[in-house]
Amino acid sequence: MSAAHTSIDGTPASGRTEGATGATAIVPGEAGTTGGLSRRDFVRFSGVCAATLAAGTAASAGGNRTLSDDRTGVLVDLTLCIGCRRCEWACNHENGMPNGELHEFDDASVFDERRRPTSMHLTVVNRWPPSGGAKPVHVKTQCMHCEHPACASACLVGAMRKTPEGPVIYDASRCIGCRYCMVACPFQFAAYEYEKALTPRVTKCQFCRSRTQRGELPACVAMCPVEALTWGRRDELLILAHERIRNNPGRYVDHVYGEHEAGGTSWLYLADRPFTELGFPDLGSTSPAELTEMIQHGIFRGFAAPLMLFGLLGAIGKLTDHGKERP
Amino acid sequence: MNGNLSIPRTRPRFFTPGVWVVTAVAIIGAAALAARFVVGLGAVTNLSDAYPWGLWIAIDVACGVALAAGGFTTAFVAHLLHREQFHPLVRPALLTAMIGYTFVALGVMTDLGRFWAMWHVMLPWMWQGNSVLFEVAICVMTYLTVLYIEFLPIVCERFIGRVRLPGPLARLDRSVDRMLRVLDAGIGRVMTVFIILGVVLSCMHQSSLGTLMVIAGPKLHPLWQSPMLPMFFLLSAFAVGFSMVIFESLLASRSLGLEPEIDALARLASFIPVLLGIYAAAKVIDLLNRGAVGSLVQPTPAAGLFMLEFIGGVVLPFALLMRQRLRHSPRGLLTAASLVIFGVIANRLNVFLLAYTPTIEGERYYPAFAEFAVTAGFIAMIVLIYRFIVLNFPVIERLEEART
Repeated sequence: MSAAHTSIDGTPASGRTEGATGATAIVPGEAGTTGGLSRRDFVRFSGVCAATLAAGTAASAGGNRTLSDDRTGVLVDLTLCIGCRRCEWACNHENGMPNGELHEFDDASVFDERRRPTSMHLTVVNRWPPSGGAKPVHVKTQCMHCEHPACASACLVGAMRKTPEGPVIYDASRCIGCRYCMVACPFQFAAYEYEKALTPRVTKCQFCRSRTQRGELPACVAMCPVEALTWGRRDELLILAHERIRNNPGRYVDHVYGEHEAGGTSWLYLADRPFTELGFPDLGSTSPAELTEMIQHGIFRGFAAPLMLFGLLGAIGKLTDHGKERP
Repeated sequence: MNGNLSIPRTRPRFFTPGVWVVTAVAIIGAAALAARFVVGLGAVTNLSDAYPWGLWIAIDVACGVALAAGGFTTAFVAHLLHREQFHPLVRPALLTAMIGYTFVALGVMTDLGRFWAMWHVMLPWMWQGNSVLFEVAICVMTYLTVLYIEFLPIVCERFIGRVRLPGPLARLDRSVDRMLRVLDAGIGRVMTVFIILGVVLSCMHQSSLGTLMVIAGPKLHPLWQSPMLPMFFLLSAFAVGFSMVIFESLLASRSLGLEPEIDALARLASFIPVLLGIYAAAKVIDLLNRGAVGSLVQPTPAAGLFMLEFIGGVVLPFALLMRQRLRHSPRGLLTAASLVIFGVIANRLNVFLLAYTPTIEGERYYPAFAEFAVTAGFIAMIVLIYRFIVLNFPVIERLEEART
């Protein structure tokens, strides 16, 4: 593929439909859809709609669906994790969250209850009991940074955005606080600052974007003492993950969680047992955003249906009017 | 029917014992609302990371939008199909829609964590066209504006020739009167466009409200989760729109001591079984198609909720309204319309709340007192405002006859 950027479903970015206004109407599967309106119809309708709502549909801030080939991710090898929770400390430290002394994180009693990322802690490690004589497994959880994130698709003001480099980032200055992103997230890893009266934020891992832009590793990855976390290009991490599975027979289940789940995620996991036993949701291989966007853009493609309805109603109104009355 | 019987001798007073109770509920709601804005969502609600949406979204917004559907459905049959007999029903339906949508907007604002940033939705550079909620938000805002415009002729009619400004402003009486006449004439000419626009916008966001939960994927129980949700929401909005007009008209007649418009209501009611029939058939086909019927035979709470909603709110009113005699009896009509309303409320509650199981295990949501108080308070305010406007503006024809 010659283009440096490919879209999420593999079609080259240049093959996307351009609206008449120059604003790009990034309709999923547009280039390859059959049936319905032809492309020319669509362009024509786009012209009609430029002055109307569809202009907004097209000029979408969160509609960035082009991903860089060298986008990054993290491979989490759960067979290596020792549950030291140093990543939690580093994350709290980096994000200015409430934190304790490093040695406090040795306290294993926190494993007694199952924790979730909260508005106070963007990543948490849970311990899953040994199954059949094996060691317990420690699972680090945080935002998975989906390839086609439902949160970004759901957000009406583009406060959630998938960057071409991989991270899904939240921009509080756009957010209106509707929390639809949390309803949409298939992992439900986003948390909310309900306790704040005026400026609550959605909180989630931002993939240490400021660090990686400086050329540093994410705080949790840099801190991990056993290299259970590997940061790198997502495509290379996938190769690495499959190599580990191949080269260590019996050590892993043959499944890289996040390779396909919810349309693929930037964070990838290797484990010694089925992921459903470790609290990972059993998700299909398409993003929840896919179906919704298909329905939504199907109904409102080029604004044709509403315009046709308008015309139809106008015609009905004319035909049934026998001039007896005024509305 | 002797029309004179329906005319009350004196204009009904605003306050009755019942209205005082409603006022008290509204005041408690206003206090809870104030608390929400002062101390924040976390302090007064039981919303959580597992349940980011609660009672307010399910009732105030989802049910509110559905139950306000009477405005566009009645406008369609009366003004676009030109059925003269429905004209007395149009203004009350329009009023309900206008107040209802106003409170949908207020409900959304109450639920928004950063309500002060609500206007971002109007900034084109913030727009995110993949978002179903974006479409809903834009449509609801536009439709609310259209509703206010549709209501303007009623305001004009009320004040033309009767402008009495207080004190020194009285000098402006004549020019205000002239402005109103110009406005009235101008709107009258373009009203059809707004009526059509209102119907189109309603169809758009009523259906999209269903699309909203599609993205929740497996978090919504398979009995409800379906790509057909937008169609179900639209069809049920049509049915509940007519039902609400019937329900309100009967209640308002009783409350104001008027004879119900039974012939027009019966005619309107004859549309409902058709809509319910299509809805039920589509629902069954969809369940079979998706292989979700299996969930029905297991004795789960979800199956119970579904049966309650479907049998009680769709099949039963369908069977009742198929009978012509029942459609002409106020009591029968009220029962059937109430069942349809119950069914739609149950459906919206199920889709947005009860059939929603978060990925986060072991979490439960039960609305806090303030959440109930705000929701009840909003409903009470709607009733009070409706009553005030009906008593002071030319909305209900038979009440107008009584006044003159």
